[in-house]
Amino acid sequence: MAKLTLSDLRKLRDEKQKAMEKRDPSNKDAQIIVGMGTCGIAAGAKETFNAIIEELDAKGITHVLVRQTGCMGLCHSEPTVEVVVPNMPVVIYGNVDAATGKKIVNDHIVNKKLIDKHICDKPAMDIVR
Amino acid sequence: MGYKQYILVCGGTACESNQGIALFSALKKAVEEHGLVNDVQVVRTGCLGFCEKGPIVKVLPQDTFYVEVKPEDAEVLIKEHIIKGRVVSRLLYDKNQSKLNVGIEGIDFYQKQFRIVLRNCGVIDPDKIDEYIARDGYKALEKALFEMKPQDVIDEVSKSGLRGRGGAGFPTGKKWSFAAVQPAGQKYMVCNADEGDPGAYMDRSTLEGDPHSVLEAMIIAGYAIGADKGYVYIRAEYPLAIQRLETAIAQATEYGLLGEDILGSGFSFTIEIRLGAGAFVCGEETALLASIEGKRGMPTPRPPFPAVKGLWGRPTVINNVETLANIPVVLLKGGAWFSKIGTATSKGTKVFALTGKINNSGLIEVPMGTTLREIIFDIGGGIRGGKAFKAAQTGGPSGGMIPPQFLDTPIDYENLSKIGSIMGSGGLIVMDEDDCIPDIAKFYLDFTVDESCGKCAPCRIGGRKLLNYLIKICNGEGSYEDIDNMKEISEAMARASLCGLGQTASNPVQSSLRYFMDEYKEHIDAKKCRAGKCKNLLCYSIITPKCVGCTACARVCPVNAIAGERKQPHVIDAAKCIKCGQCFEVCKFHAVARS
Repeated sequence: MAKLTLSDLRKLRDEKQKAMEKRDPSNKDAQIIVGMGTCGIAAGAKETFNAIIEELDAKGITHVLVRQTGCMGLCHSEPTVEVVVPNMPVVIYGNVDAATGKKIVNDHIVNKKLIDKHICDKPAMDIVR
Repeated sequence: MGYKQYILVCGGTACESNQGIALFSALKKAVEEHGLVNDVQVVRTGCLGFCEKGPIVKVLPQDTFYVEVKPEDAEVLIKEHIIKGRVVSRLLYDKNQSKLNVGIEGIDFYQKQFRIVLRNCGVIDPDKIDEYIARDGYKALEKALFEMKPQDVIDEVSKSGLRGRGGAGFPTGKKWSFAAVQPAGQKYMVCNADEGDPGAYMDRSTLEGDPHSVLEAMIIAGYAIGADKGYVYIRAEYPLAIQRLETAIAQATEYGLLGEDILGSGFSFTIEIRLGAGAFVCGEETALLASIEGKRGMPTPRPPFPAVKGLWGRPTVINNVETLANIPVVLLKGGAWFSKIGTATSKGTKVFALTGKINNSGLIEVPMGTTLREIIFDIGGGIRGGKAFKAAQTGGPSGGMIPPQFLDTPIDYENLSKIGSIMGSGGLIVMDEDDCIPDIAKFYLDFTVDESCGKCAPCRIGGRKLLNYLIKICNGEGSYEDIDNMKEISEAMARASLCGLGQTASNPVQSSLRYFMDEYKEHIDAKKCRAGKCKNLLCYSIITPKCVGCTACARVCPVNAIAGERKQPHVIDAAKCIKCGQCFEVCKFHAVARS
């Protein structure tokens, strides 16, 4: 890379900052948890997982922690995705394909609206934080 | 498509020497084998501070904190944590946790810490300038070059109350302004990375974990005082720090953050590394400058101070690594913000290398004014093996021994000197009941006698004399006259030595005579060493009724001083015994007595 000018440096910082924020645990207030047991993966949870990450990247959202977990027990409606957003009920969505994954990012995370057709359950009381 | 998970592996010297490099490669290999190269990034970072439990691995963004990870654990970590999303409990610091997000919040070690200097250590990859830039790196430089005049920079640093972290605690802003007011012309900015106290590794870890923070500060300092040339004086015994520094300088030069016309501001600055041969005295600023000039590392009297007449006779500012690492934060957050942290006279934080008889040895950063008790018992996890705390030594061989009655003294420059020690560069060695105070004083004097350059008589002769008296006392041949002589020599050395090395070399003696006179008395009167460290005062014997005749002691004795039939009580021949203590260690029946 050639020598930077002031504006180059600022641009570079903005870019890299976004990349670094993704791994910073302290600024995460919302969580998307994808069930990735054998049942989930067989039903396409990996595609869902990738779609969610891609959509978050595309929208420049960094405050959401995306993680995977084991089977949630709802094998009939895999892939399942649990979404935890402050001041909203904790929800488990069922049958979340890649497109619905993107919808979760846009509707639930950005617009703070639940997605009617896919709500499957709310987590059992003992695992609600 | 970005990475989904990040595995941070500690790349500090402590962890690397503990199979950390093999672990890093094993993790990378496992990631490749499982086809996760595009999903998981393995990052090697600087020291995470928790050296006691190294190698440390942190998985982000879940913030899972694994300790004592071995290369053979890599496969399990990838398979379980990364692929299946299940935490590997046996590698957690608290083995009872099972949730994925058990981060540093759950570990007492990090609770009382406040990280300014170590802000990026263990967070970024020190070999990647982009990661430093992402963490507001070179933003303070931007601010200084385009929004501030050199005098504004100095004012801001003065306002922060930042004082030199190398030991003496001279106000940094004042030092800069002395050099700044010198007539324009060739000036130099030097970074003192000649860390030499036994047990101290703060500066090494800072350079290893975040080299750019020091480079950025040097450029800013150069701008403030009107210097266009900088040197980092670092000891050749720090190969990893040197390598990361070289990489950092090359990257900053490539980006135009070093060199001609930085960021188009018209200001130019270059940095060169100068390697020292590891002489303790070269940490003293005038000796350091002599060494850079290619001369023997010997101090010269001050004044003239280096800020007026330094390197090659030109005005030179010398700052310690830790002092410099504070500078970018001072400029970005403001001197007023910085001055709110700490005590009335000592602002900001201090990094300590916590070592000795402590459970969690490691690298910590605490606000000034934190007490020794908080550092040793809350962060350090107390004394190893539940033994009793005897003393803490700050400031390495230049500091004093701090007895238990001062555990609750808030640590700052003034308080430490009041109780006979110094802040020093940040080594903190904890001693327990098994340490003999005259023996420790002897160890430090041995070090300073070795490291004295020999130029001035008080240090060269006084140090040797002090050491001889201590050897006499530890051999049980000391007298009260020796103690009086030691006190007199100590005072003379402190007053008449040419540089800091000689002036402070007697601190371990003076402080221990002040607080632990009873132990000296025991050595002189009763010829007794309560810690069992002074070999000449020890006598090993076998308690006949307890001895079952297992022959374990006789087999381990290197000089065949123990005799006895099988299943019959043994006897130690005191004339042959070399007091190595191996029989004492090996006896399962507590039948060997040490007195």
